[in-house]
Amino acid sequence: MLYTEKVMDAFQNPKNVGDMENYDGMGQTGSEACGDIMQVFIKVENDRIVDAKFKTFGCAAAIASSSTATELIKGMTVEEALQVTNKRVIEILGGLPPQKVHCSVLAEETIKAAIEDYIQKRDNK
Amino acid sequence: MKKIYMDHAATTPLDPEIFKEIMPYYTEIFGNANSQHLFGRESVVVVDRARDIIAKCLGAKANEIYFTSGGTESDNWAIRGVAKAHAHKGKHLIVSAIEHPAMLTTAKELEKEGFEVTFAEVDEYGTVDLEKLKKAIRKDTIFIGIMYANNEIGTIQPIEEISKIAQEHGIVFFTDAVQAAGVLKIDVKNPKVDMLSLSGHKFYGPKGVGVLYIRSGLKIDKILTGGHQERAMRGGTTNVPGILGLALALEKAVKEMDENNRHVTALRDHFIHRVQTEIPHVILNGHPTNRLPANANFAFRFIEGESLLFSLDMHGIAISSGSACSSGSLEPSHVLLAIGLPEGTAHGSLRFSFGKHNTMEEVDYTVDKLKEIIVRLRDLSPIFPKTEKNVVFDKKAN
Repeated sequence: MLYTEKVMDAFQNPKNVGDMENYDGMGQTGSEACGDIMQVFIKVENDRIVDAKFKTFGCAAAIASSSTATELIKGMTVEEALQVTNKRVIEILGGLPPQKVHCSVLAEETIKAAIEDYIQKRDNK
Repeated sequence: MKKIYMDHAATTPLDPEIFKEIMPYYTEIFGNANSQHLFGRESVVVVDRARDIIAKCLGAKANEIYFTSGGTESDNWAIRGVAKAHAHKGKHLIVSAIEHPAMLTTAKELEKEGFEVTFAEVDEYGTVDLEKLKKAIRKDTIFIGIMYANNEIGTIQPIEEISKIAQEHGIVFFTDAVQAAGVLKIDVKNPKVDMLSLSGHKFYGPKGVGVLYIRSGLKIDKILTGGHQERAMRGGTTNVPGILGLALALEKAVKEMDENNRHVTALRDHFIHRVQTEIPHVILNGHPTNRLPANANFAFRFIEGESLLFSLDMHGIAISSGSACSSGSLEPSHVLLAIGLPEGTAHGSLRFSFGKHNTMEEVDYTVDKLKEIIVRLRDLSPIFPKTEKNVVFDKKAN
């Protein structure tokens, strides 16, 4: 199995790592048993994502996908961010080995979970 | 960048001296050992010599040594060959839960073909539970297959006791000695085994060549049909240079066993000591003492093993998560699950297997890098407890 240089770079130098205090939305997916857990936090102002952070327990592809996905949605409106798919993540990473495609799916699901968490809180206000 | 190889349980480099010795058998003395002319006869002499050397190393007779393409073929042959030849007596097989995939997968195939298999349980250290093994034996049990030592966690099995149990019940006993050959003293008469497999490339011999020892008189079917090679038991053109290389490598490993084991034990113990005292939240997998001298297997909690493996790889350090044969699969190692590790912890486990060319400096460099990487990955980990400080400790002056 070979990772692209882009995957290795995103894995070695991931962006947006960490927790976030006073986040507006948080999503978590995966399980320890599966070997992948992703957490994404977003800060939203006027329905625009102004900051995103993540924490991931997982393989190199999972960490690279989380970094890429959070980087993608920063600056997007929540509506735009909901359109982001795992295919876009894979594209940016220059491809993922077939058995690692699920990592990009998990990244998509986690950002969506964070956005849905935000929307729910917003609509309940 | 430094390149440090610490994956000797996966494979070892061919000994350059042995490479030199076997080279002429690719180019000059190339005859087919089955040919009747003088080219063929030249090759036969070499194969006979190799067979004698191996027999001597194992305490066997030359006509009990069969050459194969490696550990996987030998394991396949042992279980399938006995299952087929003894099916009229019974259709129950016992293999340990921590066997190599070459055995486990074949056992599962045999299940589909009408055999029943019991996967013998191991304890938390990976040692086969003898009481449970005894209880698993039935009237129709025809085969027990338990490895000499485990490839992932290094635990050495109680072969002597298992041999006694098998003999008392008149059951064929096979042991996969792929990790043990050249490392542990093996004598097929004591403890007595009916069959034993080994593979050349695990002890600085060539790849693609292995041995199955079959005690003379044991009934076994062939699984590769073809020509009359290997006393008509295993068809296929004889791999003359490979066979010679395996024999010379085994002979050398047996001769240098004590010296090699002293060296790798010192490296491994230093490694284990440093990891245990300098990195919090680690678990040594396998038996604390009764393990292969070159093996250390650690669970680094709150980290997934592959991310750690690739981080070390970027520093030129080659190690393995589980076994090389199961990497690429997303399932955690069956061995680690069998010793009772939770799946998450199993995902964070790595094997370091040392070799005769490794140095203390390499071990220290590896631990130093490991510490940096672990802090970084735990910083990334959502399951690292927020109440804990993510730290490692300084090396203590010895």
